[in-house]
Amino acid sequence: MISFRLDGRSVVPPYLQIVQQVRQALRMGVLDVGDKLPTVREVVGATAVNPNTVLKAYRDLEREGLVEPRAGHGTFVVGRPPGPPPGTHALLARSLGQWVRGAREAGLDDESIESLLRITLRAAAEEETA
Amino acid sequence: MTDFQSAALPAIATRGLAKHYRKRTALTDCTITVPEGRISALIGPNGAGKTTLLRLLAGLATPTAGEVAVLGATPGRDLALLAEIGFVAQEIPLYRRMSAEDHIRMGARLNPRWDGASVRQRLESLSIPLGQAVGTLSGGQQAQVALMLSLGKRPRLLLLDEPVAALDPLARRQFLATLAEAVAAGGLTAVLSSHLIADLERTCDHLILLAASRVQLCGDIDTLLAEHQVLVGPRKDTTAIERDHTLVHAVRTARQVTLLIRRKGPVIDPAFEAADVSLEELVLGYMGQDAPPAFAHLTSVGEDQ
Repeated sequence: MISFRLDGRSVVPPYLQIVQQVRQALRMGVLDVGDKLPTVREVVGATAVNPNTVLKAYRDLEREGLVEPRAGHGTFVVGRPPGPPPGTHALLARSLGQWVRGAREAGLDDESIESLLRITLRAAAEEETA
Repeated sequence: MTDFQSAALPAIATRGLAKHYRKRTALTDCTITVPEGRISALIGPNGAGKTTLLRLLAGLATPTAGEVAVLGATPGRDLALLAEIGFVAQEIPLYRRMSAEDHIRMGARLNPRWDGASVRQRLESLSIPLGQAVGTLSGGQQAQVALMLSLGKRPRLLLLDEPVAALDPLARRQFLATLAEAVAAGGLTAVLSSHLIADLERTCDHLILLAASRVQLCGDIDTLLAEHQVLVGPRKDTTAIERDHTLVHAVRTARQVTLLIRRKGPVIDPAFEAADVSLEELVLGYMGQDAPPAFAHLTSVGEDQ
């Protein structure tokens, strides 16, 4: 069972934070097929978040084929998010770490690194849609 | 899985609702809809008409003009409605010398559908002493007692006037968690007033924004956020943007202009950087003093997708 951390100051809406945390837990292997998600009341009681927010998140996850509600029992994991297997992340994290060290040596601070990453991501997205 | 959003009759529907006192307009031209199963944030500066609206909904005040329907009935006229509404006034309405247990027993005599067992169980789960005079409990505990007593009535609509204003952050979180859990159990709609949206942001999924006795915004929070955008760009002519979209609020400095707009389509002006709007920005934008009076008509937007 996982618990959700909701950041009230994040620009990411709470329902999306829940969706992302479930996806992330699946990618990292913290959650697996057959595991049960906390009930709406449990999430609401722990975080004071709106019940419809949790429902919306669980519906999104259901639409993605990741979870399935079973009447009277709760919501269960039935699939994994598409994408590479967990090992890929570790591999990419290592080469990204190398790149970050290079960027720091070149005199970039975290803020400029983040902004560079955002610009690059946006440019890549535009290339894809072009 | 239970669906908290019912397509049935809205919990609250008003049209052109107004309340005038001898020389003062407390609320005017108020048209709102709150669907069932929602937790609605009633936001506005002090004196905006929040308490007046809550009192009209509870049947504690009579409208000067307009219509109001609560759970399909008319507050103040249909007496059966009294059993369906919980109202917690701003000054926590408890008898200071009586204990929580005394209040629970009294509730049993005054309410047709009283659920004293769940009130006791909820209070015990938060380690709130049942036998102690409530006047000696902390502010947060008193607020919880008042909320739980109002829930013990098993209402279908709960109206809470500034319930968390005096609470510390932990007590506030616990209070809102109790409320959200009650709504998650089904069959309950809640309206909470506050002058600060930040207090209620994560718990509410519906917004009623009042300023200067008028409704500025009313609707599903996610829908409202999706409909608005902040544009930041160089100070230049903004007529084109104002023509294509509705300008809500503008901050102009010597070189830069920041616009809060209600979109009528995609924004395609490369000079401006578009950003999503936070709920706080949205609320502050509509409460802005220099906001044009054009959005009195912007009531009851995008109720449900």
